[in-house]
Amino acid sequence: MSNILELNLADLQKAISDKHLSAKEITEAYLQAIEQNSQSNCFISITEEKAIQMAEESDKRIERGEGLALDGIPIGVKDLFCTSGVSTTAGSNMLSNFVPQYESTVTEQLWRDGAIMLGKCNMDEFAMGSANTTSYFGSVENPWTTRAKSEKKLVPGGSSGGSAAAVSGGLAVAATGSDTGGSIRQPASFCGIVGMKPTYGRCSRWGMVAFASSLDQAGPLTRTVRDAAILLKSMAGYDPKDSTSANVSVPNFELALNGDIRGLRVGVPREYKREGTPPEIENLWQKGIDILRKAGAVISDVSLPHTKYALPTYYIIAPAEASSNLARYDGVRYGLRAQQTELQDMYQRTRDEGFGDEVKRRILIGTYVLSAGYYDAYYLKAQRVRALIKQDFDNVFENVDVLLTPTAPSEAFAIGENDDDPIKMYLNDIFTVPTSLAGLPAISIPGSLSNKGLPLGLQVVGKMFDEESVLKVGDVLESGVEFTLQEVGKQ
Amino acid sequence: MSLDKTMVQRVSQLARIEIEETQLETTARELNNILEWIEQLNEVDTEGVEPMASVTGHELPKRDDDVTDGGYPDKVLKNAPDRESDFFAVPKVVE
Amino acid sequence: MKALIEGQTGTWEIVIGLEVHAQVSSESKLFSGASTAFGAKPNTQVSLIDAAMPGMLPVINQHCVRQAIKTGLGINATVNLKSVFDRKNYFYPDLPQGYQISQYKHPIIGEGTLTIVSEEGEKEIGIERIHLEQDAGKSMHDQHPSKSFIDLNRSGVALMEIVSKPDMRSAGEAAAYIRKLRSIMRYLGTCDGNMQEGSLRCDVNVSVRKIGEELGTRCEIKNVNSIRFVQQAIDYESRRQVELLETGDSIDQETRLFDASTGQTRSMRSKEEAHDYRYFPDPDLLPLEFSQNYVDEIKAELPELPDHKRDRFIAEFGLSAEDADTLVEEKATAEFYEELSNGRDKKLAANWVITELFGALNKSGIGLRESKVDAHNLGSLIDLISDGTISGRIAKDVFGEIFESGGSANSIVERKGLRQISDSGQLTDLIDAVLSENQDKVTEFREGKDKLFGFFVGQVMKRSQGQANPKLVNELLKEKLAG
Repeated sequence: MSNILELNLADLQKAISDKHLSAKEITEAYLQAIEQNSQSNCFISITEEKAIQMAEESDKRIERGEGLALDGIPIGVKDLFCTSGVSTTAGSNMLSNFVPQYESTVTEQLWRDGAIMLGKCNMDEFAMGSANTTSYFGSVENPWTTRAKSEKKLVPGGSSGGSAAAVSGGLAVAATGSDTGGSIRQPASFCGIVGMKPTYGRCSRWGMVAFASSLDQAGPLTRTVRDAAILLKSMAGYDPKDSTSANVSVPNFELALNGDIRGLRVGVPREYKREGTPPEIENLWQKGIDILRKAGAVISDVSLPHTKYALPTYYIIAPAEASSNLARYDGVRYGLRAQQTELQDMYQRTRDEGFGDEVKRRILIGTYVLSAGYYDAYYLKAQRVRALIKQDFDNVFENVDVLLTPTAPSEAFAIGENDDDPIKMYLNDIFTVPTSLAGLPAISIPGSLSNKGLPLGLQVVGKMFDEESVLKVGDVLESGVEFTLQEVGKQ
Repeated sequence: MSLDKTMVQRVSQLARIEIEETQLETTARELNNILEWIEQLNEVDTEGVEPMASVTGHELPKRDDDVTDGGYPDKVLKNAPDRESDFFAVPKVVE
Repeated sequence: MKALIEGQTGTWEIVIGLEVHAQVSSESKLFSGASTAFGAKPNTQVSLIDAAMPGMLPVINQHCVRQAIKTGLGINATVNLKSVFDRKNYFYPDLPQGYQISQYKHPIIGEGTLTIVSEEGEKEIGIERIHLEQDAGKSMHDQHPSKSFIDLNRSGVALMEIVSKPDMRSAGEAAAYIRKLRSIMRYLGTCDGNMQEGSLRCDVNVSVRKIGEELGTRCEIKNVNSIRFVQQAIDYESRRQVELLETGDSIDQETRLFDASTGQTRSMRSKEEAHDYRYFPDPDLLPLEFSQNYVDEIKAELPELPDHKRDRFIAEFGLSAEDADTLVEEKATAEFYEELSNGRDKKLAANWVITELFGALNKSGIGLRESKVDAHNLGSLIDLISDGTISGRIAKDVFGEIFESGGSANSIVERKGLRQISDSGQLTDLIDAVLSENQDKVTEFREGKDKLFGFFVGQVMKRSQGQANPKLVNELLKEKLAG
């Protein structure tokens, strides 16, 4: 084996079943890579002992001929999936000392299938951010900083920035992420990898630290579409512990990757053509259209008239839910507590020290839009616009099977850029938020490099619970664009 | 400005997030920038549109009335910042 | 039962509305599988959900939904086929989530009514709504000099908040309302109504006004946990408000606490300045929906409720309204009475329950359940009276014995030889003995002093140690004296 770190998930599966590689060899290679690249800050905690132990168990199973689907596959876990006995911080000082006594459903299922946990990936605090710069544990370096010989350190995107950078940089073959308004897809785009947000309700939210309950959805970050299909199969499934989890069967997503999109109807939403979008992104989009057309898809121009209102709608709904979801961080039962003799002081000091600026900002906005006298004008209004946005998609999906758009309006930017202007930062999610509001599945596929040599992504959006079409189209695009990750594991 | 210093103070009190007196002005400005941007929603005609709280299409699942959980005080108290025997402890509350 | 307050400036009327928090009878909590049993060690009946650990999610207990529907049907209320769970946001150390899952704009149960009986007769009290919500945990402020202790065992237990209209006009009516509501819920099995264990708590809204005027400003007295305290709190609070108004002050709309040791209400010092609960639909849940069929099925299974039972006792059993009211108030009593009176004289059975049994229970301060009297042994006692085996007087002694030590009426009567003497030979011997000992009185009687007849009966009964059949004694005495 030339370089273990260059192999994608499906390659590793084959190498394991062919007994070319052991789970332990693979795991050790990754642990070593993580250690050598600690400056990238992809991980908040590295679970070395646990990883080795899990790898040994994988090897034993493989030896007995009882190998599981993900045996020997070392992954990173976004640090908002609660992992039993392993620190889970959600990128916040508030939870810097928190050790869950339970395992999230998504990670539980991954371990059930034999996956190996390398560690917990860095992220924007409570998943609020688009550059991983709001993490209490520091920002993460995008591996493309080196690859593109950028003078400034580049962000990996966010909020699943640590996960994306780790997968791109060869510090994990795959990782879990969570996507509320683009938190999987945008960092995938910035890091030149595949990131998928499944349909809302596809993966259980049980044990995943909540940001905005009606939007949060777990999903995979991988190097290929096939890897995403494999990982998603393990992560997805009905969970009676989550009332919003959908009781629908989980298909073998990998089977959808047959390359046959003849006659498949692809919509290109005209509202996504925005003034100021860099021509390289426009070009990539056109390239994507051409690839799909060539493969036999029927392309049509479609309209999603309420697109421009998605972002402001999101910035009412998500902070409103967050303001309530984050009320439990009060210093009483777990997490940080500021020592005070008066209860009210204890609350205020704890939340002041525990939360960073962006989280506080969103809690304040959320509290305000829910407060008496403003609820109707903001929150209820946003819920109504959300209904219209969903309606737009429903209408369009009567005539097309999937939509094709760019993933993000820009390439990766430098750490510190956009930090002073929240709205500018929020605009990163302009292409990903509408599908989040509508609960639809969407994938980001790396498409090309910008003039600066940085990756740009294409987004495929599907109907509710039609991840198969999304993956199928993603797979065709992936073959068409001929994008390759460079120098994996050689940062 | 739709949000003045008093309102910021009130909201921060409701959210139990302390904002220093000197920061109130800045915070108000920052929040107002965001709110002004959000207010473009007023352009949308939502007359007769039902507010959407969830994209979920299924019915609320219901569980049976069985005792299936609890009985692990140590797990519950494991992360307690202050614990007195099997209670959580907080600064004394005056009613 | 209108209780008016005569003030310096005129007559004041008290206006009362009640919010009753009734714990739903269920094995597990509203949104988690932890037990609801009372009295467990601290934090042992707490799931990760009840402790609001990060990432924990609620799943509703369908039995609790059923219980709320039952209760709604019990007060003839509208059952809403679609209702919504909202989050009520506020900070308190025993509220782990930082919000309570409750129902705000769309409760599961809409308007209903409840009939109370007061001295002026029946009165209908309107019920605004019933909604399902989670209970908070318990804070203890007296365990440590500088700390409050938090136990989350109650956290997440299902409550029904039953909100009345401001239809009550006296402390007595409020008490009658709570008793009636409790009675209905006990019949339905939806709440055990145990106020000592906190299964039933009241928030009391009190205002006063001159008759015919608009409603006054109200004060809410929080968390009163006995019917007696509710009455005391209303009495105190209404007088306080009248005094303030008559001296030209105004009432502040505020939350007050009732102090059982002084019988007074006082303003709460620490409650959050301005409440703003920021209700919004809980995004972790979906609207609660069920079909009319589901409601109809529940309706078909409802047990007979106290009002209906009372009417039946009057119409079919010929009981007085007062006796019927007494017997139906507690479900356990009504069931006891029905079992007891089955195949027996209904009125006799009612008398024994109300006079003897209740008398003895009151005197000893125990409840029916703890008593040694059951429908079987009391029933056989009544049978012995009915078939003439023992006299009513002896029966009272036998009852005393059963109440003290249990056992069957038959064996007590046999063991103690208390069987009534109905043998005319035996009775004639007794009568002869009495008459021969009282020759002078016999003469007086025969000379016209009729009143002495009772004396002879008494003497015969005494000589028989109460066992003589009084009816036969009467007959035989009459014959002898006529002699």
